Amino acid sequence: MGANMGPLKDQTVANRASVHRGVSGGLFDPIFRNASFIAALLVLVLLAGIMISMIVGGWPAFREMGFGFLTSSVWDTQNDKYGAWPAIVGTLSTAVIALVIGLPLSLGIAVYLTQLAPPWLKQPVATTIELLAAVPSIIYGMWGLFVFVPLFATYVQQPVSRIVEGMPVVGTIFYAASPSGLGILSAGFILAFMIIPFIASITRDMLEQIPSVLRESAYGIGATTWEVVRYVLVPQAGISIIGAVMLGLGRALGETMAVTFVVGNANRLSASIMDPGSTIASRIANEFNEAIGLQLNALIALGCILFFVTFVVLVIARLLVARVKRY
Amino acid sequence: MRKFLMIAAASCGLAVTGIAGAVQAADMTGAGATFPFPIYAKWAEAYKKETGNGLNYQSIGSGGGIRQIKSKTVDFGASDMPLKGEELDAAGLLQFPTVMGALVPAINVPGIEAGKLKLTGTLLAEIYMGTVKKWNDPKIAGINAGLQLPDININVVYRSDGSGTTFVWTDYLSRVSADWKSKIGANTSVQFPVGVGGKGNEGVAASVKQIANSIGYVEYAYAKQNKLSYALVQNKDGQYPAPTIESFQAAAANADWNAAPGFGIIINDQPGAKSWPITSATFILVYKKTDKVEQAKEVMKFFDWAYKSGDAMATDLEYVPLPANVKDKVRASWKSIVDGSDKPIF
Repeated sequence: MGANMGPLKDQTVANRASVHRGVSGGLFDPIFRNASFIAALLVLVLLAGIMISMIVGGWPAFREMGFGFLTSSVWDTQNDKYGAWPAIVGTLSTAVIALVIGLPLSLGIAVYLTQLAPPWLKQPVATTIELLAAVPSIIYGMWGLFVFVPLFATYVQQPVSRIVEGMPVVGTIFYAASPSGLGILSAGFILAFMIIPFIASITRDMLEQIPSVLRESAYGIGATTWEVVRYVLVPQAGISIIGAVMLGLGRALGETMAVTFVVGNANRLSASIMDPGSTIASRIANEFNEAIGLQLNALIALGCILFFVTFVVLVIARLLVARVKRY
Repeated sequence: MRKFLMIAAASCGLAVTGIAGAVQAADMTGAGATFPFPIYAKWAEAYKKETGNGLNYQSIGSGGGIRQIKSKTVDFGASDMPLKGEELDAAGLLQFPTVMGALVPAINVPGIEAGKLKLTGTLLAEIYMGTVKKWNDPKIAGINAGLQLPDININVVYRSDGSGTTFVWTDYLSRVSADWKSKIGANTSVQFPVGVGGKGNEGVAASVKQIANSIGYVEYAYAKQNKLSYALVQNKDGQYPAPTIESFQAAAANADWNAAPGFGIIINDQPGAKSWPITSATFILVYKKTDKVEQAKEVMKFFDWAYKSGDAMATDLEYVPLPANVKDKVRASWKSIVDGSDKPIF
């Protein structure tokens, strides 16, 4: 607004306003329309360009390994045999763990801030959350490696491993063969911290937009706070919450630096979430610099898969939102 | 007014980038290995002070360096892993070493001081294959009488990014363990059956520091800077030399530099009572027949200068200078670099 006021005022002063307006109607409108059309087109061209170059770059790997590229767990640079399965599993499991931890916390934060917090606490907490969203991911990674991982190893991995050792199922999923603190679960925790600000602040905004009449009438007919949240607020904000979750999921799937620091970077598949693993993004970050030949193609093919996974998540989100809207 | 300011700012920006571009054109450009980056940077700084000519070196990794020199986007490439003779010939490249470095097994075992724990090459291979699992394994205890070894699992740490360091380490393990050679082999990145990966020398150093009861492999310089504890490794003569410049140089002195084209030997596991067993050189790649004569000359001049007056700087940074006879051989090899009309340029 303010930026547009300046020149307009100048022109009025120069008494050129009427002339200018006449020209703009005939000439500037089409120019403006075409310029914004080109801007919009550019996005499509960029996307298509990225997709094509990824497919072309990754094609040799898909051709060489065939369908096995998706299902194989071997990543052998010596004999040029590549399989994406451990990285795909790592990507999905870290993202799901992040959501399982992050979603309840985010909803709790949003509900507390909008419904329960005393006014003097609201603004500081809300601002802090927004600041957290602005922290660069490498900081989360470094904090994770230097602070979180040693604590996690000593106070979670080691005692938990001692307890569950030998138990069926639980002993497989939660047992750390070498409790170093690095692993899929640690990466999930760090990702949770990273997506909480997104989900929490979007949900908070949405909850605040719900007309207070709704809430007040619910309280008026004797509903408890829990009932108001459960039966009035959450259904009202449902679509936006799904949108926020998908945004968080998108970030978790593609996050690179922070995950590379704490995931353990092991190109192996392990049944335990305490064990080190890798994600698609961390594998690319680790190996791209030194990759030559088919390995490079395999990494680009991995990127292609990540692209596809993210795309599928987005489509599912759209479908969910559409379904919820119908009701 | 606003528009005018914008145009003025934009043209200023153009002028600035124009000037920057002109300055950069006179500089040499190189890209590749991360391991020698600190010494190349230091040499470049000193060289610029002396001659006014700068070097723009991007430490993007050995693989990236090889890619860039093959696509001719830089004046020289740098790699920790020597290229084989046929690969050099196919691309028309000349290869020569600049400095050497050594790897040490960094350890973090509470109660064990630096240089107290002794290991053999075979034991290192077994630890990295996961067959020796605990610090108090009888095999480790057998050669470390008098050390209190904890009854705790060994946390193995390796480089997760492809790197010349991993190549040197796995090459060493392949030489001392037939099992390692047949099952895992030597490369810039291999399938480690156990352990966690750290990105870069600094990543491994940080992981070893953070994780109790761990072992990792890093360049000696990183171990020293990060005050990491290290283990001694038995050499070919059965001795346990301390990791020092002297023991690294002893390994280089005993090596046969003519064994591979382009001096592409790996100095691991050399004979000699004082030789440190895990040592390697880092290499430069340039075109044998160059179309950018001025730039190529400048690169030769720079490394000639570095051979002449860069040794003290290298030692300061824990690198090992090449022996004098090797430098002479390298200089002789530069005679084969020619311009478009097959005239030697140096």
